[in-house]
Amino acid sequence: MSNLSVDHLGMIYELPNGGSVEALKDVSFDLESGRILTLLGPSGCGKTTLLNIIAGFLAPTSGSINLNDAPITGPGQDRGMVFQQGALFEWLNVADNVSFGPRMNGNEGPETDAMVQDLLETVGLGDFGQKAVYELSGGMQQRVALARCLANDPELILMDEPLGALDALTREKMQSLILELWDRTQKTIVLVTHSVEEALFLGDRLFVMAPRPGRIEREYELPFAKLGLTEDPRELKNSPEFTEKREEILSLIWEMEEQIMGHEGA
Amino acid sequence: MLFIIWLLSEALGIADPTFFPGPIETIQGGWELATDGFQRVTLAEHVFASLRRILIGFGIGVVVGVPVGLAMGLNNTLRAIFDPLIELFRPVPPLAFIPLLILWFGIGETPAVVMLFFAAFFIMVIAARAGVTGVRLSKVHAAYSLGASKQQILRNVILPNALPEIFVGMRVAIGVCWGTLVAAELVGAQTGLGAMIWTARTFFRNELVVFGIIIIGVIGVILDLIMRKAEERFIPWRGRG
Ligand SMILES: Nc1ncnc2c1ncn2[C@@H]1O[C@H](COP(=O)(O)OP(=O)(O)OP(=O)(O)O)[C@@H](O)[C@H]1O
Ligand SMILES: [Mg+2]
Repeated sequence: MSNLSVDHLGMIYELPNGGSVEALKDVSFDLESGRILTLLGPSGCGKTTLLNIIAGFLAPTSGSINLNDAPITGPGQDRGMVFQQGALFEWLNVADNVSFGPRMNGNEGPETDAMVQDLLETVGLGDFGQKAVYELSGGMQQRVALARCLANDPELILMDEPLGALDALTREKMQSLILELWDRTQKTIVLVTHSVEEALFLGDRLFVMAPRPGRIEREYELPFAKLGLTEDPRELKNSPEFTEKREEILSLIWEMEEQIMGHEGA
Repeated sequence: MLFIIWLLSEALGIADPTFFPGPIETIQGGWELATDGFQRVTLAEHVFASLRRILIGFGIGVVVGVPVGLAMGLNNTLRAIFDPLIELFRPVPPLAFIPLLILWFGIGETPAVVMLFFAAFFIMVIAARAGVTGVRLSKVHAAYSLGASKQQILRNVILPNALPEIFVGMRVAIGVCWGTLVAAELVGAQTGLGAMIWTARTFFRNELVVFGIIIIGVIGVILDLIMRKAEERFIPWRGRG
């Protein structure tokens, strides 16, 4: 039973000019295994910072963070990362990108090849293994990134605006793919997004974060991710329950933006 | 088009042939140079002498410059040590080193080759360093999360990621080397295309000067073309990350 436990986490960036930014302040939460958590909030509220701390790329300046009761001290294969774009290795073909993790661990051969092919089929790219990544569309590239991350079988998958660069239609398809993978693999997922609709649809938990200092403003437990596995996404997103939540969160974020503007105006 | 104007100017006797030889005269001169040679040295020998110098100087410059640049990109201490040196010497035209190099190595092949080495070296150091520091952080982060060690990231991410910059550097370097070499040969060599046109000038063989200039241009274009083809062949992903 994997469990991410974040306790009074704080992150202060020291700036070269002597100032500092409080990117996270007193962030605490527990995330049980198999949940999908979405992070939403205005630019600069510390979403990427939080993700980078969980990934182990950054050490927090205060507080503690544990995965399965063991402190996170650096990057590790138990936590996979999917970035917005440009994190694929363009000098490798699709299959070699996906097999990168296993190969770095000395796992090469027919077994790995078969697993890679399996993963490619899972993300709908069964015939694209030998293609160069730069020949693929943005949506297909993100499918490769998902497959590459799954190849190492991480417990926790971290995604920083994974669909942010895609057009609306591709984005909807990818949302469904993420839900499908979540259901099939039972992985724990933390996903950052700027889209309220996406955060509502994909998150069975949702944190709305606020800036200066970066913190969790409000938490939601949501039914839509599970419903989205069986129901039509379009209808779900137009249901009264969904639109009501969407309006609520939009006005919350709107208030925050106004405060920021007022703050800057003062 | 240009060639036709040139041809007409000779046919109509517009240009004074002692100052600006026409195409027919030039081709005749070129033929003589290619077959009998001028001052007992043939065209092929001049071309060979120039190419040999550039291949050695450029080759060693790349082989030494790339690792130094990579090391500077990876290591802050090394960068702090070498950066001022590189910044100081980079704007110096390589030809300016020639007097000193002649003093150290005497007249002969060595000064020209060492100068080409310097020319290529600085360009390659800067290119390789830029290739390393230009790596997207998300690529390195992705590799770490996929279980790669520092060594593996260096080999499998940083190096391939730096290749396009290195190739661009090589293309720039070979162009600079070629131009510099011809200039150096004007003053300090018995063979080579630069030396050839300089000697031809002193003998008032202006058609050979013009022919030499054309050959120099053609070889410059060919060298660039080779680098371009190599780029397409070895780094097809260039600029598409
Ligand atoms: N390396 C850094 N050095 C200094 N300040 C930083 C650094 N990284 C982030 N910050 C600051 O910390 C705050 C939070 O940044 P972060 O990138 O986590 O926000 P975000 O929520 O991901 O924003 P966005 O939605 O724009 O991606 C911002 O004010 C940012 O300027
Ligand atoms: Mg961010």
